[in-house]
Amino acid sequence: MAESIAAEHEVHHPALQHHFENLEQQREAGTLGMWVFLVTEIMFFGGMFFAYTLYRWQYPLEFASASNHLDLPLGTINTIVLIVSSFTMALAVYSAQIGKRRNLLACLVLTIALGVTFLGIKAVEYHQKYVDNLIPGKLIRGHYFNPNGVHLLVGADKNKVEMFYWIYFAMTGMHAVHMIIGVGLLSVILLFAARGRYGPEYHNPVEISGLYWHFVDIIWIFLFPLLYLLGRHFVHGG
Amino acid sequence: MSEHIVPVRVYVLIFLALIAGTGLTVWAGKRDFPGPLNVIIALTIACIKATLVVLFFMHLRYSSRLVWVIFAAALFWLAILFALTFSDYWTRNWLIG
Amino acid sequence: MESFEVPAPSKVNYLNAQYGLKSWLLTRDHKRIALLYLGSVSLFFFIGGIYAMLIRLELLTPQSDLLSPTTYNKTFTQHGIIMIFFFLIPSIPATLGNFLVPMMIGAKDLAFPRINLLSWYIYIVAGIITLYALIAGGVDTGWTFYAPYSTTFSNSYVVLTGLGIFINGFSSILTGLNFIVTIHTMRAPGMTWFRMPLFLWAIYATSLIFILGTPVIAITVLLLAFERVARIGIFDPAIGGDPVLFQHLFWFYSHPAVYIMILPGMGVISELIANFSRKNIFGYSFVAFSSLAIAVFGFLVWGHHMFVSGQSVYASMIFSVLSFAVAIPSAVKVFNWTATLYRGSISYDTPMLYALGFIGLFTIGGMTGLFLASIAVDLHVTDTYFVVAHFHYIMVGGTLLAYLGGLHYWWPKISGRMYPEGWGRFSALVVFVGFNLTFLPQFVAGYLGMPRRYAAYPPEFQVFNVLSTAGASILGFGLLIPLIYLVWSMRYGKHAEANPWHLPGLEWRTPSPPPTENFPLTPIVTWEAYEFAPPEEMKIVGRVHRGQPLEGADTPVGGHS
Repeated sequence: MAESIAAEHEVHHPALQHHFENLEQQREAGTLGMWVFLVTEIMFFGGMFFAYTLYRWQYPLEFASASNHLDLPLGTINTIVLIVSSFTMALAVYSAQIGKRRNLLACLVLTIALGVTFLGIKAVEYHQKYVDNLIPGKLIRGHYFNPNGVHLLVGADKNKVEMFYWIYFAMTGMHAVHMIIGVGLLSVILLFAARGRYGPEYHNPVEISGLYWHFVDIIWIFLFPLLYLLGRHFVHGG
Repeated sequence: MSEHIVPVRVYVLIFLALIAGTGLTVWAGKRDFPGPLNVIIALTIACIKATLVVLFFMHLRYSSRLVWVIFAAALFWLAILFALTFSDYWTRNWLIG
Repeated sequence: MESFEVPAPSKVNYLNAQYGLKSWLLTRDHKRIALLYLGSVSLFFFIGGIYAMLIRLELLTPQSDLLSPTTYNKTFTQHGIIMIFFFLIPSIPATLGNFLVPMMIGAKDLAFPRINLLSWYIYIVAGIITLYALIAGGVDTGWTFYAPYSTTFSNSYVVLTGLGIFINGFSSILTGLNFIVTIHTMRAPGMTWFRMPLFLWAIYATSLIFILGTPVIAITVLLLAFERVARIGIFDPAIGGDPVLFQHLFWFYSHPAVYIMILPGMGVISELIANFSRKNIFGYSFVAFSSLAIAVFGFLVWGHHMFVSGQSVYASMIFSVLSFAVAIPSAVKVFNWTATLYRGSISYDTPMLYALGFIGLFTIGGMTGLFLASIAVDLHVTDTYFVVAHFHYIMVGGTLLAYLGGLHYWWPKISGRMYPEGWGRFSALVVFVGFNLTFLPQFVAGYLGMPRRYAAYPPEFQVFNVLSTAGASILGFGLLIPLIYLVWSMRYGKHAEANPWHLPGLEWRTPSPPPTENFPLTPIVTWEAYEFAPPEEMKIVGRVHRGQPLEGADTPVGGHS
């Protein structure tokens, strides 16, 4: 009996934590844990999506006017950037699953680079808002909110335009914070992957980081049309 | 429970679908559709894109029933937040009696 | 007396396995983390109690003489914030839950031990920030932080306090996440869902609320803070915002939060009632499902806090009906506990006294909740002491009593010592008497019109307030006694055997205090949750090889599968 216990210890994967029976249980727990965490994120963003829905319903013209003033090309590029990054992230998990370490590293690097690109473009957009005095409230001296640069649709109330921008900054700001966390998370994963920690038997951290990353992408998939495409049809459509 | 390895071509297909969806939503956003159709179209496309990401990139399609329930619960609870709060806002101006 | 087979106790247990501050502050052992929480939660309870004492002292006289109105506003605000966020919400889940969940399912630890420790640190950081805000000058908005006072007009430390609450939310979320994953994936072989003790069902249901509700208060507090900083925001009518939106988002969490506070208590009571009647719980599945029902329905009723806010009458009617419905699963529990007591072999030990007190007081609190669910009554008593009495009956008469009962019940397992039973019973009675004297007069005062959150009140209410303060003094005294003897018992109490109450639960089949890994061998469970069966049918069978059952194991007979 003693030898069998000793023999068993030799077989244990180094990543197996002592309170789990086996790697499969550990993997199941990790994956379940990340999904449960994503539920909290859905509810977190959900509150803001509700506020958006409410005020959009109440002030459609003001929202459309302000939305038209957002930079559609930059927003579209960012959407594409994130979709590509989700693709590279999925490939990263795949590489880990089949044990191709070089590919895993490359895909992680690409994903991180795309994430940073997204944040860079976002920073450009935010800077434009700062220059145009469209940052809500009296946050920055000398750049109090001033909607005069926004072309108002017929019937829109200038005062309510600030509401759109408040929500825009709150939602994209929170999204950006989550992107930053995601980039940090993937950087840690990249570090461990470079040290050869992940292989076909054990790569759960890559998987669950992927889950987080895809979730952040999904938030943007909704944010993009809801923020950027509200009023284009008023201006362009026939 | 063995892990399901999704073939790369599935990922490529989904990726292309997502790009197409993005193009479609921008194109549709600029056209003026009657009534609330603009919103409906935009949200539908977004929902389809999100569904593709969840099912294939996040492997929900290959996951246990428990994970499906967890995901469905999140959507359901979001629905509660929206529905019951709107029950206030939509009916505020209704007359009593 | 029955004797359940337990491995021979060794000298080494989780308390003395390692010494030194670092071994405690960097522990991954769920039992040590539970004790870390026990200490900090007790500290916050004490601080919240001080604020309560100040409130009751001020209210002795109709004038605002002890505290100025602004200071009084800060006092009741801080009493609420500390008691709700830093005592009631973490109390049972983080102390008893952390300690017992792995033990009750036969696991070595929770699924994520390091995240468990992180939870505690987040709680401490949040607590320090909040206490700092309190000391720096406090908050006077009421624990409910309603806009626009909190966003625009209050001159107090709203943002800092909000930050503390925001951070604390993560502690709750991580704890809930840990419990959910653990219960799904780490149950010992044979421990099916319907063999789990009802305490686990309650903790599981509570964890669902942690996960689904806490994020909403997080975003709400964040939006509130942004609005204060930017001096404009989504709750501000100047840009088209609605202050009532704050209330919707706030109460979407804060109503389920009250179920976070009571559900674990109900779980404890199920354990106490069944075990101290030495009888299987009546209607196990009903009680189990009622926990889930409370968790789900609890999310559908928040508008009953907003009947006078300007909310649509039609929405109010919907919320009112749903609020009546949510009482049903709670009532199911009360009926089942009562039926369990019937023809049980009842022993009136301290935990049972607390449990019996709970049933009575929770029933009163719950029924007065029904009065409040009725819009017509609520319009009359809202913002009066009737509401204050209602929720204190549930939170103190309910949760606090359950917490104390559970603490005493599992004390031998946690500390390896028995508490002095005589003092235990005495203080339970003192707490019961003191509690009722404190809060029963408040129902009357509130119904007669005494408003809440007022430092000065019309003199005709003074008699009720004097009675209430007298009761509070007795209650405070009654609560100090267990603090003293529990601490005393840790050093001088009688050593407890593994199963001092002689009960069938899995947590009693390991030494008191348990070894760090809980069970030297993974148990194989073949019995039902409250099976008071003869001893020969209830042996723990261990497994030697991880992942493989024991060859030729003598699994217990008796037709239990």
